[in-house]
Amino acid sequence: MATDPELLSLKVDYKRNPMLPWPFQIRRVKHETEDTFTVELQPLGALEEFAFQPGQFNMVYVFGVGEIPISISGDPAKPRILVHTTRAVGTVTKAMDKMRRGDILGIRGPYGTPWPVEQAHGLDVVFVAGGIGLAPLRPALYEVVAHREQYGKVVLLYGTRTPSDVLFRQELENWRARFDLEIYVTVDRAMSGWRGNVGVVTNLISRAPFDPRNTIAFVCGPEIMMRFTAMELHKRGVDIEHIFVSMERNMKCAIGLCGHCQFGSYFVCKDGPVFQYGKIKDMLVKWEI
Amino acid sequence: MEDLKNILAEHQFFNGFNEEYFALIVGCASNVRVDTGKMILREGEQANQFYLIRSGKVSIQLMTPNKGPVIIQTLHEGDILGWSWLVPPFTWHFDAKAIELTRMIALDGKCLRAKCENDHDLGYELLKRFADIMTKRLESTRLQLLDIYGDRS
Repeated sequence: MATDPELLSLKVDYKRNPMLPWPFQIRRVKHETEDTFTVELQPLGALEEFAFQPGQFNMVYVFGVGEIPISISGDPAKPRILVHTTRAVGTVTKAMDKMRRGDILGIRGPYGTPWPVEQAHGLDVVFVAGGIGLAPLRPALYEVVAHREQYGKVVLLYGTRTPSDVLFRQELENWRARFDLEIYVTVDRAMSGWRGNVGVVTNLISRAPFDPRNTIAFVCGPEIMMRFTAMELHKRGVDIEHIFVSMERNMKCAIGLCGHCQFGSYFVCKDGPVFQYGKIKDMLVKWEI
Repeated sequence: MEDLKNILAEHQFFNGFNEEYFALIVGCASNVRVDTGKMILREGEQANQFYLIRSGKVSIQLMTPNKGPVIIQTLHEGDILGWSWLVPPFTWHFDAKAIELTRMIALDGKCLRAKCENDHDLGYELLKRFADIMTKRLESTRLQLLDIYGDRS
């Protein structure tokens, strides 16, 4: 897809029109696993930087195909590069998967509530990620690692399907090599050669090194995994008010108008995606919601 | 013997265990060390003991016809390995292998079964603790069965 010079010369303040996608050019595509990939994007035209907070998402538009919400997985301290990691599962993400360096995507955002990393100052921080859920947590990890002295123990518990589904492998190795981060990875199943953990991610919670009375937890993954994780964290002694989860619902407008992502009395796009677990826990088990 | 008793008392499995029962079970306990890569138990063999893992890592495996051994779960320090000694026909249903140098306390299941038959309070106490482990493993297995990270999630 070619860049339209006319489009780029527009002096539109895209922030004033939240429904207007801004063109971003793909500068790199990296395949993380068999079905998961990361795109690095840079804004075109008048927009030089794209500031966001950890946990926020964008509406990503593949022209002629469709628009979907995808969490930002990059470093908030590097606003010149926008990073998204997603799985090729639907029409839009499969089209994205075929795109290459130089292609153009439309971006609206950033939207939604962030991980409350400032609230975590002085506390132990436990990240619990399931599958692709590691991607929306990564910006918060970058933030915490960049200001490591402001936090107590920092623990990442990451569960995924098989060893070949482990995301950001090199980065996990780098973090694991640090003495001030505790990184635990587990998979649901593995062949005999795997020397890591096998079992669900909730199994890691009881033995992870953190002080539950002084801990804040950020949890992202499939909804069932988040429910059981929150239960285990609470069982270990973490205050419900200190557990945050990132919700996913079908979003269209992303600004709380269309109602597609309504979740009880909330709109996930505007009131979330990051919620204090206590506020939504009763709704997670309601069939009607 | 006193050392073994202290080790048992410090293990989380025996948290709050009645002091008088330690005297009964310590005679059934022994220290075990398994080197990396060695099998601890094999499917189909007699299950006449269980293990309290003190250090190391153990994989629970199942041999599959086409893929070879598949790891179902890994166990670590503080975990219990094996509960088939408690349930007839007292045979192992899975293989277990040390994937790191592993130190454990082995408890003789035959000896314990006899003591539990003679003292039902001891039997009930042990059964409650194993029921808790079985419940947790069943819950984990159900979550694994959901394949929540797959396409169908």
